[in-house]
Amino acid sequence: MLLLLTFLIAPFVMAVILSFTNQRLISPLPTRFIGMRNYIRLFGDRDFWIAMRNTATFAAVVVPLQSGLALLLAILVNRRIRGINLFRGIYFVPVVITMVVVCVIWYFLLLYPQGLVNALVRVVSMGRLGPYDWLRDPRLAMPTIILISIWQGVGFQMVIYLAGLQGIPRELYEAAVIDGASPWQQFLHVTMPGLRNTHIFVLVTTTILAFKLFTQVEVLTQGGPLGATNTLVRYIFVSGYKELKVGYASAASVIFVLAVLLIASIQRKLLTEEREI
Amino acid sequence: MTRTKTLLAYMLLLLFAAFFLGPIVVMFVTSLKGDELQILADMASLKAFWVAHPSLENYAAVLSGRALGGTPFTRFLFNTVLIVGSIVVGGVIVNSMAAFALARLRFKGRAFLVSLIVTLIILPFEGLAVPLLLIVNRFGWLDSYHVQIIPFIAHPFSIFLFYQFFTKLPRELDEAARVDGASYWQVYRRIALPLSLPVIATVAILQSLEYWNSFLWPLMVTRGPEYRPLSVAMNNFFGQYPRYWGDVMAFAVLTSLPILVIYLAFQRWFIQSVVRSGLKG
Repeated sequence: MLLLLTFLIAPFVMAVILSFTNQRLISPLPTRFIGMRNYIRLFGDRDFWIAMRNTATFAAVVVPLQSGLALLLAILVNRRIRGINLFRGIYFVPVVITMVVVCVIWYFLLLYPQGLVNALVRVVSMGRLGPYDWLRDPRLAMPTIILISIWQGVGFQMVIYLAGLQGIPRELYEAAVIDGASPWQQFLHVTMPGLRNTHIFVLVTTTILAFKLFTQVEVLTQGGPLGATNTLVRYIFVSGYKELKVGYASAASVIFVLAVLLIASIQRKLLTEEREI
Repeated sequence: MTRTKTLLAYMLLLLFAAFFLGPIVVMFVTSLKGDELQILADMASLKAFWVAHPSLENYAAVLSGRALGGTPFTRFLFNTVLIVGSIVVGGVIVNSMAAFALARLRFKGRAFLVSLIVTLIILPFEGLAVPLLLIVNRFGWLDSYHVQIIPFIAHPFSIFLFYQFFTKLPRELDEAARVDGASYWQVYRRIALPLSLPVIATVAILQSLEYWNSFLWPLMVTRGPEYRPLSVAMNNFFGQYPRYWGDVMAFAVLTSLPILVIYLAFQRWFIQSVVRSGLKG
């Protein structure tokens, strides 16, 4: 409890307090109470809003895409055919690869103009498309980061969905078949409702993970090009650690934590209410 | 009909397998190419998946530290293993004890503490990193092992998993032991902890994955190679110019290999832990 108190609760309380001061990591000036000035500066900073928008975009795209693909993969591997365990194992492999390593591998594949991905695009489009500068084109950088993140993380949600699928009683499907339901109708009326708890868990956890986006961006693009991939966590990192503005970064941290708690609780509330109907 | 369906399923399965394995194969293959020019010549064709003359030259450069400014790879590996190992061992002990106290002892504010811990699960560490940096700086902890270990030992989600497990243990079990004169400590040590082996495995695996990956915090609190873990070392090495892809990929393989081997050996346990983490719903 003491550990929790020191390293989780105390920092948050401090973040709130510090956000009202001009505290710096190393500073000759004494720390002063400066009221709301950090927040006013924060809300007036265009870069903060860009980071906020990027984080929200990332979450809004990654969460449905990654969960959807995870569900698709789970359905695909939820059958009894030879070698299926091998495929399940393979799809999970990227999850155990360290994120920094994942970034390095993909950086190599995405090199401009001679990387493997560009070569693949050229062959598939028969020379009409590419090459693209995936990580340095402001329009492509964020979608690229999204794809890499999904590649690494989707196996985790797949396993959770697989467990959810196997928890649905077989009799429900048999009954549906007797009633003449098509495979699509079975999916809509048996599978989806049966996965309700799994959906809630996957959605909430993936959203929180998405909001924490940092490693991929720091390794691959340093928030660039032109801030196109800067995220809230990286904004906090840069202002608090690189520029040593602890008070200011604390204000951004408070906003970040509140945003995560708010979204998590809204999601949980909406989804559990839906369950009661 | 079913035959074509199965065939179709296999084709899809293989396609996805290529998608997930392809990049990893490229990493392995590239790390075995001793000639940097060969790597650049091969990288945009199917040759990226094939090595004609495998060489361990890159591995020698990384392991000896020749490619890393003098610090051998094993130093970073040792750092990461020590940090992750300490967090996992310390975490299992501390979190299970906390959970046992919450599940079995009756004291004021117990219910409040439980709900507090459930809330703390979603509190993102990234939002606490900066004030925490200020705290550990005051403690004079920067650039050390303990600064990377102690803040992470108490882990709300682990406490929650242990708590769930302990509350489901039949009370008769420890009441019988209490009648025989066992203290709470003995009940915990002799009965509850040995029974919770599956939870211990789950917590250990999930925490290992989480902290083997940790990047933001070590980036902030380590200054030199001495206490630096693999993730930060990998990033620094990657950012060095000129960049030798052979060496970079050898470093990447060596970084991934320990967890990959453990995963292949204990695959069933890994899958089980993920499932268990999702059961709370």
